[in-house]
Formats: sequence, structure tokens, C-alpha cells
Amino acid sequence: MTTDRPATGYEIVARQDFSDVTFLLEVRHPMLAKAARAGQFVIVMASAHGERIPLTIADYDRDRGTITLVIQAVGKTTREMQRDLKVGDQLVALVGPMGIPSHIGKARKVLCVGGGLGVAPVFPQARAWKESGAYVIGVLGFRNKDLVFWDDKFAACCDELIVCTDDGSAGIKGLVTEGMRQAIARHPDIEECVAIGPPIMMKGCAEATRPHRIKTMVSLNPVMVDGTGMCGGCRVKIGEVVKFACVDGPDFDGHLVDFDDLMFRLQRYRETEQQASRRFDENCRMRTIPGDAGGAA
Amino acid sequence: MGTATGPQKKKKTIRMIPQARTPAHEQDPQVRARNFEEVNCGYLVEDAQLEAERCLMCPEQPCVSGCPVNIAIPDFIQRIVERDFRGAYDVITTSNLLPSVCGRVCPQENQCEGVCTVGESLEPVAIGRLERWVGDLAIREGWSNVPYIEPSGFRVGIVGSGPAGMACAADMAKAGCEVTVYEAFHEAGGVLKYGIPDFRLPNSIVDAEIRKLEQLGVRFECNTLVGRLFTIEQMVDEMGFHAVFIGTGAGYPSFSGIPGESLNGVLSANELLTRCNLMHGREFPNYDTPLQPGKHVVVIGAGNTAMDALRVCLRLGAEPVTCLYRRSRAEAPARAEEIHHAEEEGIRFHWLASPIEILDGPDKNVRGIRCVRMTLGEPDESGRRRPVPEPGSEFELEADMVVYAIGTNANPIIGQTSRLKLDRRGYIATDENLATSIPGVYAGGDIVTGAATVIEAMGAGRRAARSMKAWLGLRDTDHIYQERPDGAVATLFGIERAEHGYARVRLPR
Repeated sequence: MTTDRPATGYEIVARQDFSDVTFLLEVRHPMLAKAARAGQFVIVMASAHGERIPLTIADYDRDRGTITLVIQAVGKTTREMQRDLKVGDQLVALVGPMGIPSHIGKARKVLCVGGGLGVAPVFPQARAWKESGAYVIGVLGFRNKDLVFWDDKFAACCDELIVCTDDGSAGIKGLVTEGMRQAIARHPDIEECVAIGPPIMMKGCAEATRPHRIKTMVSLNPVMVDGTGMCGGCRVKIGEVVKFACVDGPDFDGHLVDFDDLMFRLQRYRETEQQASRRFDENCRMRTIPGDAGGAA
Repeated sequence: MGTATGPQKKKKTIRMIPQARTPAHEQDPQVRARNFEEVNCGYLVEDAQLEAERCLMCPEQPCVSGCPVNIAIPDFIQRIVERDFRGAYDVITTSNLLPSVCGRVCPQENQCEGVCTVGESLEPVAIGRLERWVGDLAIREGWSNVPYIEPSGFRVGIVGSGPAGMACAADMAKAGCEVTVYEAFHEAGGVLKYGIPDFRLPNSIVDAEIRKLEQLGVRFECNTLVGRLFTIEQMVDEMGFHAVFIGTGAGYPSFSGIPGESLNGVLSANELLTRCNLMHGREFPNYDTPLQPGKHVVVIGAGNTAMDALRVCLRLGAEPVTCLYRRSRAEAPARAEEIHHAEEEGIRFHWLASPIEILDGPDKNVRGIRCVRMTLGEPDESGRRRPVPEPGSEFELEADMVVYAIGTNANPIIGQTSRLKLDRRGYIATDENLATSIPGVYAGGDIVTGAATVIEAMGAGRRAARSMKAWLGLRDTDHIYQERPDGAVATLFGIERAEHGYARVRLPR
């Protein structure tokens, strides 16, 4: 039962489609734009019957009073958002910024790695490091040339930029770890690494930096409901300790994170997620979009 | 019986009153175990009148001091006897704006009913059921006590729209303050909405009570995470709030740290209940939030939250649903009625049993739980007898879902984002007036005391409101001027002299 007061929505002021699965929404929320810092996330509800999904803040513009979200249409909710949301529409709920902002320390040379959709949330961190005076090396990974986005934004705030694609259709051929290997070989003095992307990619990045003892921060994306520490659904194993990603994170030391545990826990609602997706396909007779049913961004 | 009216009432004795407690109408256990309708359907008017007759109107009134918000209980019961139902509502709302909620969720057996004089020889007066009946009648009849409030010019910010925040908001609004309540979720009500299921407290009742607060001028701002969107310090320094109350609740569920807790199918009661109640997970796929209920569910803990989790799982079709508690039934912290209802519905109870390991099956899903039997030893610091494991008594239960309902820890957000002083467990440190280390900022409820009950949180909200009024220099509106029944004795400019010093409040009739 919802209260019958008029819904106070959050207006979408811009939308941009990067590919047939990835799209950007710019949403007006001046207070949130003012409070947001690199590494934080929001929780969005697109409709009154919708679920609460966590999305990392990809950018914020304090002058325009907007925040930017980059969304990958993988599950029922995100696909419905991709189909329905247009400029002028309102999100039913938008709450944040959540999580502890990324710590922008004193490192002088930093590697910022983003894979797939993780490219978007790593951007504010790359920019913040640049603003702190660090030498920033960006490594961006995509499946192919058509999925590449924001390489121009990164070029503007990175001292060096390496784009990797699985098939070599843009930049170098290989995974982000290949780009990282080249960067580390050229710059033995990298002090810190930030890696955001699918859990399997972040695990690979953590393993790539471990032998070089480069501090590596990753941003975790477990299943969440409230995002305020109340439900405990997002608990993750960091070394021997259990932490809640929503209030103790989402950034953690990648060398301590138990990624296998995270990946198993992301499967928890796979069955219902598939059921919802099938139902969505049947209802709208929309073509199926490939992609796995992991957590949203 | 009890026909005496007028000023010389006959003193009632225990022999004169109806001896048996009037039963409440309840859904049949077999039927209700499969639906989310309210279990307790409450009293009809004749039940309420009969039960009201059972109050002795004793001069000691232990029930009033037994109530955390000190409702004038015999007063309102007397009005029911006199069929002045509106009057009964007015008496209750003097101290409690949410009778429909409290009548349902207070642990009356430890409060008003626990100290009732009738209870010394018979079953105590069913105060909770009477309170609920009055509250529900008011909602049906559309009664509300919206006084004309003289604006005091003060702005008050309240963090958290649960019971503590709502009680504080009501008192501050009545004192003429402009009150804004911030809620992180997309709907107001806090634990009353996300936690307590509909069969115990329908969300429509919570919404009705929230609307009454809005009639008092309270503004609710949802989707606002205080601490992160703006800080407590900003509320005081930049946003123009003259006083702030923090009632965010404990909200960081505990797990026990035994092996297997990160398996899929292990979750907190908070998560289960939020998915089911607030997010309507039980109506999946019409609502998008999945719930994925288990077939064999084990809930650890025996508080009210545990009972809610158990009974929600039962209603979602799980069978069997088992409760594990390391102490015995007598020590279980849940309301007596809830345990009774759970037993009636067919929940299995393993008293004196504690989990030691959650067992994994294929795909990292839960397969079962290994437990150990306990015996009760010497009382610990909480006064309850400490459970001690019995060697060699291990046993296993089949389970595909394990729900933790063993309490909560302090939510860290406010502590992370402000310079408020915390105690060593991470809760907000306050003095006896609930003032925090920042002047003008008060806190109460679970974020100060750790997990407690709805009414205790409301009591804390009211206590904080009293302190805030004192701090702002407002007159205490708890003390309400009553016109003398025999007419004004002395007047000045047409205003009764005794009324001097009271704020003018006009109650629409």
C-alpha cells in the first residue's frame, strides 16, 4: 500500500545510448549532485512496482545540478528502463549518495582500470586523482569497437590512455589485464590502482597487481535492497572479516576481497531474475538481448 | 452491571467485574497460515464495552506508570464504559498519537497489562485490545485531533520516520514547530512499514497514522539519506533547523559468525521482511523485487522479528518452518501473543538449541544446519540464565533457507559522517535528556539503546521532544489545560484565569 501523496519524482534531463545494451541517464537532483563524491552510488526505483537497484554514480555536474548514471540492460528492471525511460520522465525514487567516498590519497602515479560498464564509475575517480595532481594512466576494456564509450572523457583527464578490446577492433587486443601489464612494465613506479568492472575482471586486476605490491582498490556490486546497512544482503568477505558493501564500502582492498564468494552470492536470485526476464520478453515481444543476469552496475 | 453514573460511583470490586477476559476475534490458524490478512481481527463494540467493564478504576493506576508514554488508561477505559468513544480517543491521543499501532505491537504483558491490579487475581484487562479498538474506530470514523497550533517559528528536523521519529514529530508539531521528517526509503514509516508484516500491522494503518501527522503539519521527505546527502552539522549550521532529532534505528543486522553464513539462502530477517513487506516481494512477478522463499526454513532467534520472519515464511508456503532459540520459551523476548499465534499456526520450535554450522549443498546453497542442545546455567548480566552447550548433543536439521533474527548493531552512517560522540558499541551517546554531544541535536530509540520495542522508541521520541522544547524555550504542551466542568471561577478579559500561561489551542468538534 503506498501513500496517496503525489509522487515526487526525479526528472531525466538527458539520455544517450552507447550501444544496444548500454545507455546513459542524466537525472536532476541538485542536492545529490552537490553531495556526490567519486566512488559513491545511488539506489534507483524506476516505477512504483519496481525494485531498488544500486547504480554507481558515473558523473555529477554541480552547476547543472545533475548526476549521470550509466546502465547496462541485463535484467528485467534495467531492460525495462532502457525501453521506457526518456527525457522528461521521472524516476520514482533516487536516493544517495551512498557508500564511503573513494579515498583519494597522496599517490603520485595511479592506474585507473575500467572494464565494460565499469568504465563509467571509474571516471570520477580518474578525474579526482587528476585533480589531486597525480599522473593518471587509464586502462579501458570493451568487448569490441562498437561498445566503446567515454574514451574522449578519459582522454581529457588521463595522462595516458590504453583502450583494450577483446577482438582488437579498437586499441590493443586483449583484456584489461593486458593493458595493465603494459602500463606496469612502462611505469614501475605506479603507487595505486583502481579497478571497476565485473567481479571476474576485478579479480584478474587484483591478481595482476599483487606480484608488484601495488595497492588495488575495487568497487563491489553485490545484491542490495536498502543500501543503508539495514538488510545485510550485500555482505562480502574481506580477508577474514564480513563487511556490508553499502555502508562499509563499496571500495575495498582488492587483494583481500573473496571474489569467488561475491560471484556465488550474485547468483542468488538468478532463477527469479530469469523468470522475470522471460515474462518481460513474452509481454513485450521484444528481442532478447544477450548478457548475463548479474547484479546491476 | 456497573450502571452507577454521576459523581458518586460505586467502587467496583474484583467480584463484580466480568471474570474472563473478552477474547479477540481471530482468523482460524489453518486459514491464516496461508494469507497475509490480519490474524487478530480485534474487538467489536460490544466486546470493547464488556472488556472495559473489567477495569476496576483502582486509585493506584499502576498501568499508567507501566506505559512508556503514560497514557491515562483508566480514563480512556471509563469513556468506553460511558460510550463516549470520541472522548476515549481524545484521552489516548493526549499522550499517544498512534493507538492503532501501539494497540497491536506493544508488549502489553510487560507494561500496562503486566502491572494491572485485576491481573493479581484474574487475567488483566486487555488494555492493548481496547486501545487498538479505539484507534481503529477513529480511523474508520475519520476522527483526528488537529488542534489550531500557534506557530512557534522554530524549525525541527527529524532523521528517520520510524516510531521514534513519528512520536517526536507529533510532539514538536503540536508545540508549533515546523517539522520535517527525513526517510531514506521511498515510503515513510520505518520499521512499521518494512519490518512488521501486514498480518500483524497492516500498512494501511501505518499510512492512516502518518496522514494524521501530516494533518498536524509534519512534512515527510522520503528518499533522503541523512549523513550522506547532507550531514547533521549541515542541518544545524546551513539548513536552518533549530533542533534535530535522530531516530534512525539500529539497522545493521547481526550474524553469529559460524561457518556457512555467506551461502546463498542465508539472510537477515530484515532483508526477508523488507523484501516481503515494503517491496511486495510476495507479489512477485507483479512487483519486481524477488523473494525466493525456501521450502524448509530455519529462523534463528525468538524475538518479535523472529516470529514475524517465521510466520511470513509459513505464509509464503514453506513447510516446515522451524525456530531455533538457545534459551527456553520462558526467556524468549517476543510478545506472548506472537509466540502463541506462531505455535497455533504450526511453527516448530526448538527451544534450547543453538546453530553451530550452516551446511552447504550443491551450488553454494544451504542444505541444512547443524545445531547443539543447550542447558541453562547461571544468570548472565542481562538477568537471563546463560545457555551452555550440552556436549555430544549435536543434531542436524534440513533447511534451504536460514534467517538470522538475533538482533542488530549500530548503523554506522551517522557516526561516519558527523562528529557526534558515540558510545563504545557505536550507538549515539546521549545524556539522560537524550541530548547528544552537539547542542540542539537529540537522539533516541534503537540508535541510542540498541534494539528495543516500538513503544520504547516512541517513548524515547517523546522524551527527546520534551528536552527539545525545553532547549528551544517552548512551553511544555504535554500538560493540557482542561476547562473546569463547573464553569470558570474567575476570568480576566473573558479568559479563565487558570488558563493563563497555556497556549491557546482550538480543538474542532
